[in-house]
This record gives sequence, structure tokens and C-alpha cells, in this order.
Amino acid sequence: MITKEVVEKVAKLSRLELTEEEVAVHAEQLNKILETMDILKQIDTDGIEPLAHVLPIQNVLREDEVGECMPREKVLSNAPEQADGMFQVPKIV
Amino acid sequence: MTLSRLTIHELHEKLTSKEISAVELAKEHLHRIETIDTDVKAYLKVTADVALAQAEAVDKMIANGEKIAPLAGIPMALKDNMCTEGIETTCASKMLENFKPQYDAAVVEKLHSNHGVMLGKVNMDEFAMGSTTENSAYFATKNPWNFDCVPGGSSGGSAAAVAADLAVYSLGSDTGGSIRQPAAFCGLVGLKPTYGAVSRYGLIAFASSLDQIGPLTKDVTDAALVMNAIAGHDHRDSTSANIAFPDYTAALDGSVQGMRIGIPEEYFGEGIDPEVEAQVRAAAAKLEELGAVVEVCSLPHTRYAMPAYYLIAPAEASSNLGRYDGVRYGLRANAKDVIGMFKETRNQGFGDEVKRRIMLGTYGLSSGYYDAYYLKALKVRNLIKQDFDAAFAKYDCLITPTAPTTALVKGQNQDPLALYKGDICTIPSNLAGIPALSLPYGLDSKQMPVGVQLLGKAFGEPQLLKVAYALEQNTDLTKLKPNQGKGL
Repeated sequence: MITKEVVEKVAKLSRLELTEEEVAVHAEQLNKILETMDILKQIDTDGIEPLAHVLPIQNVLREDEVGECMPREKVLSNAPEQADGMFQVPKIV
Repeated sequence: MTLSRLTIHELHEKLTSKEISAVELAKEHLHRIETIDTDVKAYLKVTADVALAQAEAVDKMIANGEKIAPLAGIPMALKDNMCTEGIETTCASKMLENFKPQYDAAVVEKLHSNHGVMLGKVNMDEFAMGSTTENSAYFATKNPWNFDCVPGGSSGGSAAAVAADLAVYSLGSDTGGSIRQPAAFCGLVGLKPTYGAVSRYGLIAFASSLDQIGPLTKDVTDAALVMNAIAGHDHRDSTSANIAFPDYTAALDGSVQGMRIGIPEEYFGEGIDPEVEAQVRAAAAKLEELGAVVEVCSLPHTRYAMPAYYLIAPAEASSNLGRYDGVRYGLRANAKDVIGMFKETRNQGFGDEVKRRIMLGTYGLSSGYYDAYYLKALKVRNLIKQDFDAAFAKYDCLITPTAPTTALVKGQNQDPLALYKGDICTIPSNLAGIPALSLPYGLDSKQMPVGVQLLGKAFGEPQLLKVAYALEQNTDLTKLKPNQGKGL
């Protein structure tokens, strides 16, 4: 059972700020959704490897060659705010 | 007037024989977009200048007697989650309203190098999360067959544009059915390639272990032609397969003689509309008539796919969407401190379904729940893949419905869980990474198209195209056009 407190904690981890009303809606919906997930508990998965990726690819390597860099102005072209050739954000400390 | 109804291969012949020019073809589509897309609402952005410049270049090549690629001069549309350099790429989200990528996605580069003609960027569910295109932050797209219905999703704009002849073909992306379900709802061929067959470089990520780009086309030959252009290894996508890719048109021989085709019984259970089931069984019977060996088979873990998917995909999404923090691109909301800026940006930028999936994914990954949810889902994913491995040891291809129903009615899709259940037929193939193709096969009693799904083993696209082509050559049920008066 997902309580309001759990929803608030998950929202904080997700960097979302929910109103009290939204917390209630999310709690109800998450509970309904997770209820349907409970059928997974019926399957015995002892000894089954988790499958994160379907392709049998591991450690894809390439030559360590110097490539072209994107020019700084282009990198910054979508920056909401910038200063001195850098991304600018509100004060952190 | 009827030029826009034609397929890639038909138009290629007309271009090379100089019966029509690429500029004429582009202009006809642009005119059609201007007059009809006000109703359909498939396009988020029309790139008329780009299209005309690309078309002119193709006309010059033809005038100079150069040999042109099958896609050269053919007008197409891109789902708005594929990066186009200097051209807005929004993911149908307020978060990326003014985002102009600094580079082209690998598939966009490939279409450009084939001298394709880009008409514009088309609508989708925000960040590809949804199955109706009603989750777009901008507007809903209509189904060209019936304007009261949704075109499906998340590649609903891609499907509606092609079905309404507002593009000859389009690219969509498919994480849990987002190419195939809209293709089925709009009467088109939709192909989700094998995971790793098409580069994801420049595709804005939803769930990276599931996402795959593929074509929505008017017929099977066109799907093979688009695959020839977009499939291939790309070192910029570390999950791209480094194999020899075939000529996909070579599979189009029209014969299914002796092919072994399975009908997995689990795909015909609760929730499947009897009219949809009847069409799928009719398609299977047709294949038998054409010389295939058709048998009932079993994929015993199918019912666990939906719950596993809705743990895995949101988990990956919650991680992928962490990048939208207002720092480097996209929306930024003002706040006193940096954490406040993150939160306010994400609150304003994301819609409800995106927030719901981020919450679900973060929950499933969080300490104390990880083993019970995320890890369990990954183990179940392995069982689902093993089901398919066993089936493809016996069968060349499996046949199922693409979606449990035909197109849903607009404005009645507020229950997230009900919509998630609509993905039961498409999700297993994403989890297993195998290719899957949706082929139109007749109409239901509401005069809406039904989609039949073909599933193949990894890199078995040629077998799927072969079977689909054989059906297409032997029945008119696959050639569907909206003309019932409720839509176009």
C-alpha cells in the first residue's frame, strides 16, 4: 500500500513538487497500477538471470582517437542562461 | 490530386521516368497539408523550405541523368522525438518547446543522404508515453478514418500523416507498440525492427533498452525500402548491432510455401475484441491456403509481460528524464535556489502521464522496493524471451492481433491502467527485442481498420516482410484507404 508519505518521498527523489491534491491522485493511481504488478509474485524466478539487455553485446570498444569537438557556442546554443561561455544556474551554496 | 495516394516505389518510377518532378510532388503534399491538416492535426511543424530545397536538388540529379536512391525525392514526416539540426524537436512536450538540436539523428542523416524530402515533424504522446496521441502537450491528432477516434500512439502523428496522404511514409519509434498500434489503428504497415537494427543516436530516449525506430508505410514493399535506408551499424549507439544487414526487398517473393507459422493462444484471451480475433484467424487461414504450415502454439509467460514492462520502461524513463533540469536546454523555471529550479522546471515542463511514469519508475528503483519490483521484472523479462526462443526453434513467424481493439474513441481514455492493458499484444516483443510488423487486414463493423501482427526471431525482418508481402499479394484486405466520410 502506497501512502501519501511514500508518494511525497518518491516525488522528492524525482525532483517533482506535487500539490496535496496531486499526492492523493498519484497515491490512488500508483496503488491501482502496482496491484496489477502483484501477479509477478506468482512466478518462481529462482535461478533466472535478470535480463537488462537483449543483445549479447558487452564492453563495446573503439579506437581511442581524437575526434572533432562541437564548438562552444553551439553547445551553449540551447542554454536557458549562460555567462562567460558556461551554463549559468542559480547559486548552489 | 491522386499523386499523394501513391507509394514510394510507384512514385520512384514516376520520378525516374520524368513523368513527375520532385518539386511538384513536394508541393502537392505541402498543399494537402495546408488544406487538410487543419482537420487531422498530424504536424507540429511543417518544414516547407527544407522540403522544396531537397526536392529541387533531386530534380537536378534526375536532369543530370544521375541514378537516384529509392527514397530520393519522396516526401516524408518524422516523429518529433528525432533530432533535426536547427529545427525544433519538442517530443510534444512543453519541456522542449524551443529546443533546436545541434545535430541530426542517425536516421535523419541517413534519409538526407538518400535525398529524402522532409515535410516536417509530427505529433506524438509527450516523450512517447501513451497510446492515443492525446498526451501531446500541444493538441490531439485525429484518426483520418474517423475524426471521432484517436490515431493511436505514441507515433499517432506519424500514422495519421501517412493515412491521410500528408506524407508518403514516416518514421516512428516503438518502445511498447508505438509504431505498430497506430499503424493498426490507421490501416498502415508498421515495423518495429529488432533491437539494435536501427541506430538510436539522436532519438530522444524514453526507455533505452526497448526503444527502436522504424517505418510506417502504405505497403510492405515501402517498409522494406525504408529499412534498406535506415538499418545498419552505428558506432555512436553502443547497442547498435554490428552485423551484415540484408537487402530487405530480397524477401519479397510472395511465397510462404512450407513456412511454419505459430498462433500463440495466449494472444487471444480476455480483452481481445472478437472482430479483431476473427480477422487475425482469417489471415492465418489465408497463409495456410497459400501453403504455410499453421499451428497453435504457446508463449506461457505472456500475461506477465504488461506488468513487467510497466516496471522496466518507467524505471528507465525516470532515469533518462533526469536530464530535464533546466540547465543545458529546454524549459527553465525561475527559483531562488538550484533545487527549486529543478523542481519547478519539471513541474511546469512535464505533463501528467510523464510525471506518473517518472513516479512509478522511481518507486520501482528505490531502496527497499528494487528487488521486489525492478529486479523481479528483469527476471520475468528473461522468461518472456525464453518463451520466444523456444517458439522460434519451431516456427519462422508468429501471428497475433496488433492491438486488442480497433481505434479508440477520442476523449474517453483517462484511466491509465486501462490504456496500459491495451499494449498487451505489442509489449512482449519489445521486452524480447524481436522484430514485429503490423499489417492492415480488413475492417471491423465500425469500418475501422484491423491490424494483424507478425513476430519473428531477432533479425528475422526478412521472414516478416516475406509473409506480409505474400498476404498483400493475395488479398485486397491489406489495401485500405479512409473514404468512409466520417474522417477524410
